[in-house]
Amino acid sequence: MIRTEEMLLNVGPQHPSTHGVFRLIVKIDGEIIKEATPVIGYLHRGTEKLAEDLQYTQIIPYTDRMDYLSAMTNNYVLCHAVETLMELEVPERAEYLRIIAMELGRIASHLVWYGTYLLDIGATSPFLYAFKDREMIINLLNELCGARLTFNYMRIGGVKWDAPEGWIEKVKQFTEYMKKELEGYDELVTGNEIFQNRVKGIGQYSKETAIQYSLSGANLRCTGVDYDIRKIEPYSIYDRFDFDVPVREEGDAWARYECRMEEIVQSLRIVEQAVEQFPEDGEVLGKVPRVIRPPKGEVYVRIESPRGEIGCYIASDGKKEPYRLKFRRPSFYNLQILPKLLEGENMANMVAILGGVDIVLGEVDG
Amino acid sequence: MEWLAERLAQAPGLENMLYFLAITLPLLSIILGFVTYAILAERKVIGYIQLRYGPNRVGGRFGLLQTVADVLKLLIKEDTRPKLADKPLYILAPIIAFVPSFAILVAIPITETLTFANMGVGLLYVIAVSGLSTIGMVTAGWASNNKYALMGGMRAVAQMISYEVPLIMSAVGVVLFAGSLNLTVIVEQQQFVPYILLQPIGFIVFFIAATAELNRTPFDLPEAESELIAGYHVEYSGFRWAMFMLSEYVYLFAMSALITVLFLGGWNPIIGLGFIPDVVWFALKFSIVVFVFMWIRATLPRLRADQLMEFGWKVLLPVAMFNIFFSAVLKELFF
Amino acid sequence: MESLNIYQNSYLFVIVFLFVALMLPIVALSVGRLLRPNQPTEQKMLTYESGMEPFQDARVQFHVRYYLFALLFVIFDVETVFLYPWAVAYEKLGVFALIEMLIFIVMLFLGLVYAWKKKVLKWR
Repeated sequence: MIRTEEMLLNVGPQHPSTHGVFRLIVKIDGEIIKEATPVIGYLHRGTEKLAEDLQYTQIIPYTDRMDYLSAMTNNYVLCHAVETLMELEVPERAEYLRIIAMELGRIASHLVWYGTYLLDIGATSPFLYAFKDREMIINLLNELCGARLTFNYMRIGGVKWDAPEGWIEKVKQFTEYMKKELEGYDELVTGNEIFQNRVKGIGQYSKETAIQYSLSGANLRCTGVDYDIRKIEPYSIYDRFDFDVPVREEGDAWARYECRMEEIVQSLRIVEQAVEQFPEDGEVLGKVPRVIRPPKGEVYVRIESPRGEIGCYIASDGKKEPYRLKFRRPSFYNLQILPKLLEGENMANMVAILGGVDIVLGEVDG
Repeated sequence: MEWLAERLAQAPGLENMLYFLAITLPLLSIILGFVTYAILAERKVIGYIQLRYGPNRVGGRFGLLQTVADVLKLLIKEDTRPKLADKPLYILAPIIAFVPSFAILVAIPITETLTFANMGVGLLYVIAVSGLSTIGMVTAGWASNNKYALMGGMRAVAQMISYEVPLIMSAVGVVLFAGSLNLTVIVEQQQFVPYILLQPIGFIVFFIAATAELNRTPFDLPEAESELIAGYHVEYSGFRWAMFMLSEYVYLFAMSALITVLFLGGWNPIIGLGFIPDVVWFALKFSIVVFVFMWIRATLPRLRADQLMEFGWKVLLPVAMFNIFFSAVLKELFF
Repeated sequence: MESLNIYQNSYLFVIVFLFVALMLPIVALSVGRLLRPNQPTEQKMLTYESGMEPFQDARVQFHVRYYLFALLFVIFDVETVFLYPWAVAYEKLGVFALIEMLIFIVMLFLGLVYAWKKKVLKWR
């Protein structure tokens, strides 16, 4: 046998496919990865520690910067936690606005994933198509709250701004438009043989492994586990909508792709129904004291973010600031399976697997 | 251009060589002009496919001077060389990559009179020389002493060894019908029927293999942006990097011209439209081929290295072999 | 005589093209040397590896996984070249050459099938 040497290679932090400042140290033999060690922390800002010195409302902007692709769900999980602790009532109209904003955010987040994933695989055009459609969502959300990425939209007990005039109508038009666009995505990518060959059977893991590694979101549902917090533990007003949870059995990158694309369709369904049921008028911010002082105690809530189960734990000692705040950040948990998946794969598969896990570094590093 | 043919018929000597040099230099500037505008066209075409404008600032609405500005910028850009690189090879690599791509062009006849080297073994020459660029890439990959570059260089070889054979084999059918390796003769044989109609399988195999030889999407593994960052030329900057880009686009020019000549009937007009000059016909067919290359680039994702090799050996090679067999029988029965 | 001249002139042309192709990078890089700045620093001359200092040299015994393909390539490339003279002269040779060549192609194909069955056409 020919004697070969293994070499250590840095992939990242400055690498186009690590989606941010993520570093992988891989030991490769030829192009085959023998061992992969993720190195994280390049984007660590200490959100949780910072939060201990901030009033609850002041923490909301920090949550925007965690999972910066779906800031709305992050906003919501904090507000939801405080509301649960204080047993606050949220006005109807605010709930609907939250749902629409969150689901639009989910679509936008999946579109970014779709675009960048195809970019990792080597196709450039889908990226631009996806970003064009995401841009429309961003514009809608911009009209709603004046920000394009870091929305800072939700408040404890409601939302900051009411929808501007004609906004609901625009959302309705968008859902119609997006459905047509999705057909185009399917034609360009889903049926593409090269794409299918690149993702089918790649990064496969079983149901048990997924549960053992505490995966959530599409990374879990791709193995056949029907687990979506919107369904099993409905929060907000999700129980009023009719939608399916896409589940696949294969547990490979292809299943994850299908799950996420189907989730876009389901989110559109929710948005459509929410727009249909949207109350004519009403308050958007409930009766909330000026300074928020939750009672002494602790609370843990969890919701479904585009990346999986995002949880928020608050321990309050009755002060304006939380005693301890902790987020369960899905990207961080999903990332843990990566070294296991990468073993024995080659460089090209590495990119396909890493992209398929869908991490956001702001969330991983906290 | 009649005088060029006359000059070719005269006894060779120093005088002729100077004449040829005088022809080659304008051709070089035409090629450079083509490359300049091919890059612009590629950016524009892909831009429009991707619903954006592409370059539109430098040089008027269509960004006509964008590439010129880029080249000037590259010319005055600092040339960094990694300390650990192998200096002589590092310097040599872009030249090795560029020379063959330009040397191919000599054998390709543009029109009946605008022919440079009317070689009896034209096709063989083109195919033989075109494989040499890969050596430049491997040299670059190894000399850079960079792991990504090394992998890129190795992938370049993998690609070349997988697609060179189908490329050569798929052209055998054309040679069979034309009965000559001389590219001028091959074009003349296609006066009525271009070989794309007689050799559809050969054409498809040749086109795929040519895309792979050109290292363009979906076969752009040696420089796979998202995996190897830039592959074999990751350590190059300034004009040395530009030489790689130049060779890539000159090669695109050569391959498109070769496809035009072999399968699309070169300068031959579509019957009944002979009043349009043959240069225009050549340019037209050529542009269509280049456009298709760009179109493919904007559409398809990238293959994986092992899939690429398996596709080359398990699909293209048997198909190309079958095509030879099929063409021979076809020729025996009908021609 | 004329065809000999064309023949010789053609190769003269090839030499001229090679010369020009060689001169372009040399001239461009030499001119560039006068125009471009040159201030190398330690940081600039570091090998790029995703923004980290490389762990080790890239010149290791690299595992070229496709070396068997390379061997196959050498065989096939040479044998394919044999097809060219046959294809050129095919018209004059007739059915006998056809059958002869078919046998050759079949043998080539058998070689490919053998390699296939031996699982050479797989990355390991």
